[in-house]
Amino acid sequence: MNHSISLTVNGARRDFVLDDPRVTLLDLLRERLDLTGTKKGCDRGQCGACTILVDGKRINSCLALAISHDGADILTIEGVARGDQLHPVQAAFIAHDGFQCGFCTPGQIMSAIGMISEAQAGNDPERIRECMSGNLCRCGAYAGIVDAVLEAQGHMEESNQRRSA
Amino acid sequence: MKPFDYVRPATVAEAVAAAALPGAVFLAAGTNLLDLMKGGVSRPDRLVDVTHLDGLDQIERLPDGSVRIGALVSNADLAHDADFARSYPAVAEALLSGASAQLRNAATVGGNLLQRTRCAYFYDTASRCNKREAGSGCDARDGENRSHAVLGWSENCIATHPSDFGVPLIALDAVVEIEGRGGRREIALDELHRLPGDAPERESALEPGDLIVAVRLPPAARAFASHARYLKVRERTSYAFAIVSAAAALRIENGKIAEARLALGGVAAKPWRARAAEDVLRNVAPTADAFQEAAWRALEGAKPSGDNAFKIELARRIVVRALLLAAAGTPARIPALPASPFAATSGAIHA
Repeated sequence: MNHSISLTVNGARRDFVLDDPRVTLLDLLRERLDLTGTKKGCDRGQCGACTILVDGKRINSCLALAISHDGADILTIEGVARGDQLHPVQAAFIAHDGFQCGFCTPGQIMSAIGMISEAQAGNDPERIRECMSGNLCRCGAYAGIVDAVLEAQGHMEESNQRRSA
Repeated sequence: MKPFDYVRPATVAEAVAAAALPGAVFLAAGTNLLDLMKGGVSRPDRLVDVTHLDGLDQIERLPDGSVRIGALVSNADLAHDADFARSYPAVAEALLSGASAQLRNAATVGGNLLQRTRCAYFYDTASRCNKREAGSGCDARDGENRSHAVLGWSENCIATHPSDFGVPLIALDAVVEIEGRGGRREIALDELHRLPGDAPERESALEPGDLIVAVRLPPAARAFASHARYLKVRERTSYAFAIVSAAAALRIENGKIAEARLALGGVAAKPWRARAAEDVLRNVAPTADAFQEAAWRALEGAKPSGDNAFKIELARRIVVRALLLAAAGTPARIPALPASPFAATSGAIHA
């Protein structure tokens, strides 16, 4: 039996016919939309490489059935920059060497964007490490990642204050 | 993953009817279920998706002073609800000590309680497991079992229940509201999970089609807010299941404990309420000696199920320390490393 769903992906509405309900959001993004920035690491919710925002919240897309998320608003790593202007978290990862091989990086960045909007960590590095513990980095770039998240969070708070001032 | 049919009922009654058929299971966030299905551990014929049902994602304060948590409230939304965290701080701390931020954003209240054991032999379909396949045997008994149960286990199954959330809930007398084929009923959370006995494949009191629609904390649960903690020892400080955990909550009046609540996690097939320990803490001063006595009572009857005798002594020490932390008072803010004995701000002393 075919199932029709529609999603908003990086601002654009996309309609899909699923001939099998087993497809995850991760596989839908990668296989149907060629949005391969979202990575398949463990495929079991343990590594965080597949992190995306669904309705503004970071989740593991490997453990989410696409069919169950009919109508959802999805943001992936491909949708965070504005043209050539990098998202502040992307820029901070480059500035602080927050990666080595880069495989976990899209998930790290999406998780950091989600974390900053959750506003739970403040500027405490220990809280940031705890709040980012769902993203593994096998190269061990954690020190740079924490520095990048701290700096990006500061920039985003400043620009929010400027906007609201 | 085995193919399955997918249905999305419009009402709770339709969901119950759809899930009552053989081979059907409910789908909420799926953070545990999909993992199990990918590994061939769960092989449902039909998924009944309850995530689009209305009215199950609210946190309601009832006029009598209790709180009613809809089964689809996410673990993160509940832990970060400021009023909830103030009123039930050990529950919020337990939630934030579990899984990762991504999983907490998705995982639901009902799903957390019904998640399956993380026993490696349950997950490995090449191993014998009485829980996965009734009567097949238990390879955990002679296997890698240092994290397995020390209370309430049987020769047929030594698996533990992995929930952190359930531990303070059971200490606070949580009630589970269930919609079933016979209508609405409610049971104590303490009666939801079954000990393995000779039927470890039957894990709960739920019947086919039964849907948890809400969890309620009674009015008395708020009275512990100023002296309540959750403490959890794990193999790494974040994103790991408990080796042993404890929820401790005290009501202190005039320098004495008027009422104590205590439950343990990671030690049995269910969150383990330690009523015998609570009894010895009534009308006594909150001292380390009293807490030592309570810890001995809490682990009475404990026995190793393998290479895990250390968990009994560890559990006693975690009980003492959780009670000391509770007596010292709930901190104004949940520590940076929730429930961790290594948190810089815990103010803990070694028992």
